[in-house]
Amino acid sequence: MSIDNVLKKFEPLPENLLPILKEVQETRPEGYLTPDDLRKVAKYLHMSYARVYGVASYCSALRVVPKGMHIIQVCDSPACQLMGATTVLEELKSLLGISEGETTPDGLFTLETTSCLGVCGVAPAMVVDEDVWGNLTPDKIRQIIESYREEETR
Amino acid sequence: MSSRRYVLLGVADDGVFSRLKAEIEGLPNVEVIRGLSIGDFDGVSLAVFPTGVRYSGVPVSEVPTIVKKHLEGDKTVDQRFNGSALPSTILPSRQKRIVLERVGVIDPESIDEYIESGGYEALKKALNEMSPADVIEEVKASGLRGRGGAGFPTGLKWEFTAKSEGKMRFVIANADESEPGTFKDRVIEEGDPHRLIEGVLIAGYAVGASQGYIFVRGEHSLAIERLKKAIADAKERSFIGENILDTGFSFDIRLVPSAGGYICGEETALIEALEGKRGQPRPKPPYPPQKGLWNQPTLVNNVETLANVPSIIMKGANWYRSFGTESSPGTKVYSVLGNTVHTGLFEAPMGITLRELVFDYGGGLKDGEFRAALVGGAAGGFIADLDTKLDFEGVKEKGGMLGSGAVLVLSDKADAIGVLLSIARFFKRESCGKCVPCRVGTQIITDIMTRVYNGNCTRKDLDVMLDIAYNMKLTSFCPLGQSVHLPVKTALEIFRADFESRCGD
Repeated sequence: MSIDNVLKKFEPLPENLLPILKEVQETRPEGYLTPDDLRKVAKYLHMSYARVYGVASYCSALRVVPKGMHIIQVCDSPACQLMGATTVLEELKSLLGISEGETTPDGLFTLETTSCLGVCGVAPAMVVDEDVWGNLTPDKIRQIIESYREEETR
Repeated sequence: MSSRRYVLLGVADDGVFSRLKAEIEGLPNVEVIRGLSIGDFDGVSLAVFPTGVRYSGVPVSEVPTIVKKHLEGDKTVDQRFNGSALPSTILPSRQKRIVLERVGVIDPESIDEYIESGGYEALKKALNEMSPADVIEEVKASGLRGRGGAGFPTGLKWEFTAKSEGKMRFVIANADESEPGTFKDRVIEEGDPHRLIEGVLIAGYAVGASQGYIFVRGEHSLAIERLKKAIADAKERSFIGENILDTGFSFDIRLVPSAGGYICGEETALIEALEGKRGQPRPKPPYPPQKGLWNQPTLVNNVETLANVPSIIMKGANWYRSFGTESSPGTKVYSVLGNTVHTGLFEAPMGITLRELVFDYGGGLKDGEFRAALVGGAAGGFIADLDTKLDFEGVKEKGGMLGSGAVLVLSDKADAIGVLLSIARFFKRESCGKCVPCRVGTQIITDIMTRVYNGNCTRKDLDVMLDIAYNMKLTSFCPLGQSVHLPVKTALEIFRADFESRCGD
């Protein structure tokens, strides 16, 4: 979908800035907002580019630089920490061969940590794109990563 | 209530969901409704309706058994999957449920089931039989206090908003739930979205507002979906819009998903974000009831607070006061997490003790002895006294704060230092950068805690950390930076020996 089609769905009100940015980002296969996107949104809402960029770079769910195809976010909340989040992160690091904040050379995964996901009943947890995975063990993590890899090669 | 069959799935695990969907394919009259909305214990849980039989702690491997025996054969699977039976205290029938009364009981996507179970009656009563001032009086008399953490009297906030001068007034439901260990609001949004909408409508009527917003956490995609549908359905039935139910009251509700950031749960930062700016806090005063969204009088209430309102209006302040304590009436949705046998969410009267929460609801410790609990999320404090009453005053007396009602239980084998390190990292990540004490302080505290964790700190580091946290409390611009002191101070009090054993000197 082109950015104009997204914009058309929203009234040009300032309170629509966040929903617009999120939806535009979702239509981008690379998963991030380009300067051109931000400029168009700014123009549509009669805001400065600086303000729109300021918001986009501030919000943790919005991205202004390219990332991997799948974004893995490991919950780093006290509840998950207590239930073994450190092990989860270490397992993922060794499995993917990257550190926190990095993207695998094949561009498939980006590894990040996140604040509480609110699924503390199944700690430790992580989210891959929009899918939540709980009660993680090293074995389960390996299976999950494998399933995403398989999906790509198919 | 509807007699058709469906399975309510409380799940934070996509494996179980896809397996269940695959297994029921071809079965007539069975639907899977997804959510974390059962409000049960031990993670993945299922409730099968119309009978309402519940399974908790369901592993993927047991899904075919449940489908075969229960859904095809109509026999309850006689087995619990978490290895130990749930104590009777935490079964929904034994909890005192007000805000969660319909969660896991009705189909959250059906406005008819909400109405059939008494929904929107409170709105009708307020609009037809009560003046806005009556509504405010009732809420004031109920003693309801803000469930977002601060515990400010809700009725007073409504009164301030109603009395402020402005061109128009707004109501905002703060659904940007991000306090670590807290997921009560999401369970309400996913499990009973109309209840929140009804609360917003009654609040709007009481304070004289014409526009409402639900500012919902962007990561909660299922909650967003449910609320979107609920708002559309309510519009269709004339509960939202012009001249609601022919009473002359007009009110619109818009749903705005956030784009991440703990700080946007602070009410003025939330308002900034809603205005299409960076979500950073504003100076207070003026408070939102005086000058909020677009500088107009604005009521910002937490989801759980608003979800209490329909019951208070229907059944009255005296009924509400029959639960909880004198200073904190009503119920609270607590979460019990960490080293207990059972972890999850339950609703109980305000003022149950930490002991009851840990042993009756949490089923006791999984391994080891009770050492302390982090009460109130990352912004809360560690508490070691099991006789602490879990209401606003009771926790305060012990030097902590009730906050969102999240309780993380630590056994004597738990790594308290790791927990404090994760709290430090949390505040560093979520600091908005507006003021120096918080921006720099959270960084220094994270550095020191990393050294403590790695065992290469000094005793002086511990003093410096406490001193910085104290200065952050005095000088930070908003509650985020001010909150860091409490967990640091209480952790150093309770776990002093653990900390010192990591020091090189």
